[in-house]
Amino acid sequence: MGRIGGGALARRRSVELRGIHIPHNKETAEFETVSMPVPKLIVLPMQQHVGAPCMPQVKRKQHVDVGQLVGHADARLTADIFSPVSGTVKEIRAIHYSNGVSDEAVVIEPDGEQTVHPAIEPPEVTDFASLVEALKHSGIVGLGGAGFPAWAKMNTDLSSIDTWLVNGAECEPYLSTDYREMIEHPDTILEGIKACLDLSGVPKSLICIENNKPKAIELLREMAADDPRIDVYELPARYPQGASRVILRNVTGRSVPRGGHLTDVGALLFNVTTMSEIGRFLRTGMPLTKRRLTIMGDAIANPMNLEVYVGTQISEILEFCGCAPGPRKVIVGGPMMGTTQVELNVPIVRQNCGLLAFGVNGPVVPRQTACIKCSRCIDHCPIRLSPIDIHKAYLARDVAALDRLMADLCVECGTCSYVCPSKQPLVQSTRLGRAMLRAEQRKAKGRR
Amino acid sequence: MAEQQPLEQEAPATNPLVLRPAPQISSAVTTHIIMRDVLVALAPATVMSVVLFGINALLVIATSVGSCVLFEYLWCRLRKTESTISDLSAAVTGLLLAFNVPSTLPLYMVVIGAFVAIIMTKELFGGLGRNFANPAIVGRIFLAVAFPVAMTTFAPPSIALSPVDVVSSATPLAPTAEPLSLLELLLGTHMGVLGETSALALLLGFVFLLVRPVVTWHIPVGYMGTVALLSLLAGKSPLEQLLSGGLVLGAIYMATDYSTCPATKRGKLVFGIGCGIITCLIRFFGNLNEGVAFSILFMNLLVPYIDQLTPNIPVGGEEIMAERRRARRAKGGEGHE
Repeated sequence: MGRIGGGALARRRSVELRGIHIPHNKETAEFETVSMPVPKLIVLPMQQHVGAPCMPQVKRKQHVDVGQLVGHADARLTADIFSPVSGTVKEIRAIHYSNGVSDEAVVIEPDGEQTVHPAIEPPEVTDFASLVEALKHSGIVGLGGAGFPAWAKMNTDLSSIDTWLVNGAECEPYLSTDYREMIEHPDTILEGIKACLDLSGVPKSLICIENNKPKAIELLREMAADDPRIDVYELPARYPQGASRVILRNVTGRSVPRGGHLTDVGALLFNVTTMSEIGRFLRTGMPLTKRRLTIMGDAIANPMNLEVYVGTQISEILEFCGCAPGPRKVIVGGPMMGTTQVELNVPIVRQNCGLLAFGVNGPVVPRQTACIKCSRCIDHCPIRLSPIDIHKAYLARDVAALDRLMADLCVECGTCSYVCPSKQPLVQSTRLGRAMLRAEQRKAKGRR
Repeated sequence: MAEQQPLEQEAPATNPLVLRPAPQISSAVTTHIIMRDVLVALAPATVMSVVLFGINALLVIATSVGSCVLFEYLWCRLRKTESTISDLSAAVTGLLLAFNVPSTLPLYMVVIGAFVAIIMTKELFGGLGRNFANPAIVGRIFLAVAFPVAMTTFAPPSIALSPVDVVSSATPLAPTAEPLSLLELLLGTHMGVLGETSALALLLGFVFLLVRPVVTWHIPVGYMGTVALLSLLAGKSPLEQLLSGGLVLGAIYMATDYSTCPATKRGKLVFGIGCGIITCLIRFFGNLNEGVAFSILFMNLLVPYIDQLTPNIPVGGEEIMAERRRARRAKGGEGHE
């Protein structure tokens, strides 16, 4: 925290977190976005965000229009869910994800008319409070994958915030959805940023982009030239530049203290597509109902950047992209942080960025051998943790050691597991250890 | 952790999708590849040793590598565990042990050294990654103590820049030895153990290890830098000190052994500097001519303490670490650095 002052150059050299090189595999980067037609079925889970799950606001057999409220919760942290299609509510049923989590979902049968709900009109925004209020009814969440409600992130004391960071790093291999947003919709991105700066009074915004996307850097720099508050910051194209703590450290030299948030050190961070959706929402009033996915993998005949309606089932998307029958591994998200799927009838939710399908030749992780203490995991951890020690502490169920090693600072980027020559399940253990540590911390708080 | 194999077998034929926690990809670097890289890095020095010392050198190398690998294989058979020889770590130990003995050493002694290295130093402590001391170093020290004469009987090199008259002579560091030119030290055209003669071949391998990257610069540079500095202060020629004896071999290939050096880069630097100080103390004030092996062994023993005192500071944990340091100082105990 003491590093806020100081020359930019000295700061960069002393603190830059370099990350690792992972093959980018972004072959679809220059593929223009394709829009997927209205699917046969829309499945809308009631939790597509961080926070309290929504309650269904519709009944079976009820007709819904595009943009109509489907899920809502009266909670401090939540985000409304809207219908992306017009049609009839078929049922409200349980769905089960491959990670063991279950959820309630509203299933809508589209009628193909796509009639827009009559209440949809651009919101009236006069000050920052009204912007936050409007975004509460926008369904916009962190679209880089985190799914944190955008309004809730802004709903804080902004007087100490000096930088509005916009994350266009997109460091995950394969994925190009943020890149396509920057190339195809720089206008709405900048509209969103300008509106937020105008209303919040935050003095400057930096759009942070990895230097493997020179076109996006040039385009946004050119278009933002008329606004002295907005600039583009080039990040090295090394994983995981997009992790919030890494981007903050590399751009501003600050680090978020353990247990704190970005706002504690004067910064806000939004994904570039999130900012674009904010700009679009302010212009049209249409809540978030679509999102772009990068569809790739050796089982996919037609890799593409595809705009789908939120709630479209994976099976329909794979069919649309010509997926070979019987893929062996299907990943929602990128290969470093995404989750493998065991059922293909689960829907894409709004914070998903990619869908990868691999056949027999898909990515296989070699088997585990003895740790040779090469310290690659320690050298490459972007947070400078000690993954192998956290792994051992987890195996020993040693909560005190997990606390000493600050396992809760992990950003789950998976770099440790990636670089490990003996293929130890390092990030996997750290995730479990972190959960154990948090449970213990909650218990301790309860006792007090 | 969910291994892929059993899951694939359990999955019903209608739904063969693989469930596995992220990340789904991993780097191509495995233990086998790292050890192979070390062998490649040692290749120039191996060739040089055969050129200088002939068929005897080849025999010593073959015996050492062969018996190290065999001992590891037999140990795995005895313990009824899967054989680990394919990771090549035993071969690296064997080659390093051969580099530490003269070409004239009777081959049964080489086998004894391999036994001490692989069985007593490595496998008895749990195998790869769990040994606290470098196996080749312990093997060398054992042989030097058990067979002092055989270990210091050197054959003359086939290529000599200056006339060689004695068959049995001490290393260039011995007080009685004739002074050697720097060129001789660099090329290795002088008497000595197999691998420590040609500094040039060893440095070539170092460049390869840095480029791959298999090792970082911290230990070798910390070690050699300290020796150079202390030699200068002691009024000795730094270059001569650096290039003589097993320093280059030790600093690049033995002190950097993963399992027996500290985890963080800061720790590695401390480790290298410590090795340098002990080496100079032994060389300048001790009764031994050569201090590299003992200094690395001493520092191996200190690794747990160095690890404790040189952790990385997590991003976001700066204040907590500072507080812990203050608390430690207040306790008065381990004020370090």
